Amino acid sequence: MVSTASRIKLSVKDLSIRYGSTVALEGASFDVRDNEIFGIIGPANSGKTSFIRAINRMDEMTPGMEVRGDIEFNGKSVTDWRNLYALRSRIGVVFPLPVGLPMSIYENVAFAAKLRGVKGKADLDEVVERCLTRAALWDEVKDRLDSLGSLLSGGQQQRLTIARALSQEPELLLLDEFSIAVDPVTTMRIEEVLKELKQEMTIVLVTNLTQQAQRLADRTAFFLEGKVVEVGDTRALFKGQTKDPRTTHYIEGRFG
Amino acid sequence: MSAPQSDRLDDRIDAAWIWDRIARAVIFIGGISAIVFVVAIFVFVAKEGLAFIFEKLDLGFFFTSPEWRPAQEPKPEFGGLALIAGTASVTGLAMLIAVPFSLGVAIYIGEFATGKVRETLKILVELLAAIPSVVWGFIGLTILNPLIIDVFDVPVGLTVLNAGIILGLMAAPIMTTIAEDALKAVPDTYREAAEAMGATRWQVIRQVVLPSASKGLVAAILLGVGRGFGETMAVLMASGHSINIPTSPFDSARALTATIAAELGDTAKGSDHYKALFSLGILLFLVTFVINLLADVLVRKGASDRS
Repeated sequence: MVSTASRIKLSVKDLSIRYGSTVALEGASFDVRDNEIFGIIGPANSGKTSFIRAINRMDEMTPGMEVRGDIEFNGKSVTDWRNLYALRSRIGVVFPLPVGLPMSIYENVAFAAKLRGVKGKADLDEVVERCLTRAALWDEVKDRLDSLGSLLSGGQQQRLTIARALSQEPELLLLDEFSIAVDPVTTMRIEEVLKELKQEMTIVLVTNLTQQAQRLADRTAFFLEGKVVEVGDTRALFKGQTKDPRTTHYIEGRFG
Repeated sequence: MSAPQSDRLDDRIDAAWIWDRIARAVIFIGGISAIVFVVAIFVFVAKEGLAFIFEKLDLGFFFTSPEWRPAQEPKPEFGGLALIAGTASVTGLAMLIAVPFSLGVAIYIGEFATGKVRETLKILVELLAAIPSVVWGFIGLTILNPLIIDVFDVPVGLTVLNAGIILGLMAAPIMTTIAEDALKAVPDTYREAAEAMGATRWQVIRQVVLPSASKGLVAAILLGVGRGFGETMAVLMASGHSINIPTSPFDSARALTATIAAELGDTAKGSDHYKALFSLGILLFLVTFVINLLADVLVRKGASDRS
């Protein structure tokens, strides 16, 4: 951990995101380190989701979304990747609302592996079981892997989405308010999983729940109205050691 | 006491209540009339043709003989095989052309085209759907006919090929529109989720969008088939209208619908010929019914297989 902590996974340089004339994010610069959980907190419309979408170039399928500045992934600008699909396959994304693809539970989790070219039934079985187990869903669905993924409950679908993201074997996992449609017990179970996953990958955790950032994040960024107010060690921030008083106010729930 | 008084005031028939009743009644009449019309048409066609089918028509002969001589004296012959083969071959060829064509256009419009290109294409496709069938028949007669004679060096250009192409082009726009609606109904979140995993556009379309739109796509294709069976004027003009079991696309053929349209005016009401044409109508009706039923079964089966 100590040796890898200084290596940089994502380097954000003067990043600005607009939708037409509306500014979603402006002049953001910070680094995300290898094998850390990097929390992003902030009220609605602070640019958190736009940032997530810019990392794997989802802006290219969002009409009107315009990205300036740079995000380096492993030291290489994401816009320099000629094979966009290869870039995306190394980054797992979990959206706020779970999206069970309209296929069976098994196929949902085997999808990314199949895209990678994994063919053998035994290999796919192994991926499916491993990822569903890690996402704390295996026991609940192992007897009905052939039923439709979108028929699961909201919390189960979100865990399915996480299992699917893990099946990509990503280096970077982006979680955008994953617990919005999940009950508190399931949220806790997923949080435990994330703490383990940190050994293998870098996690960016966007959350509306400041407590969640406090529980999980090594470092936390506070986004407000399209600006990165500050980035700091989570424990320090929550102890009140902030550079900007607005961070403390937000953490203490005085606004937002 | 004041409480009962206010109860009486609150439970009153107001304008919103009256409008609700009126709206319900109007919608009910509208809905039920559609059913009434369909049943009435079926009853009318059946009344004219059904007795003839059971009493005079030799069904074995009808389905095996190509001899359609309804006006022959003293003994008319009612062999329907050539007409059935004509309709089936023209519709089949039309679908061979229209299915890949319309699905391709729908996928392009729905998944790839953006902005002005997309809007323009949609308008063009809808415009194509509005061309009257007699105009299509005219195109078959005056453009496609000499073209086929030239290109394939055949004596006649009014053939199954001609009618199939014309019918395919006619059916494609409406099939495209329905298919594109089906693609549009697939939530963008599916596309986003799959693309975020590193799937290419084609993988997303092939593995996520098309399977989840399959219901609507099947509906689009079957609508095209129905259109093919039912189309009359263009087929009458482009197919050559000769009684013949086509063995190649360069043979002329005659469709069931075209036969009814061409001959009904010459028959005496109530005559055997008149009733025989109504039997053809019943056959068309049954085929359409079976196609719709099949579509329904397929769609339901697809839905239950997935759940």
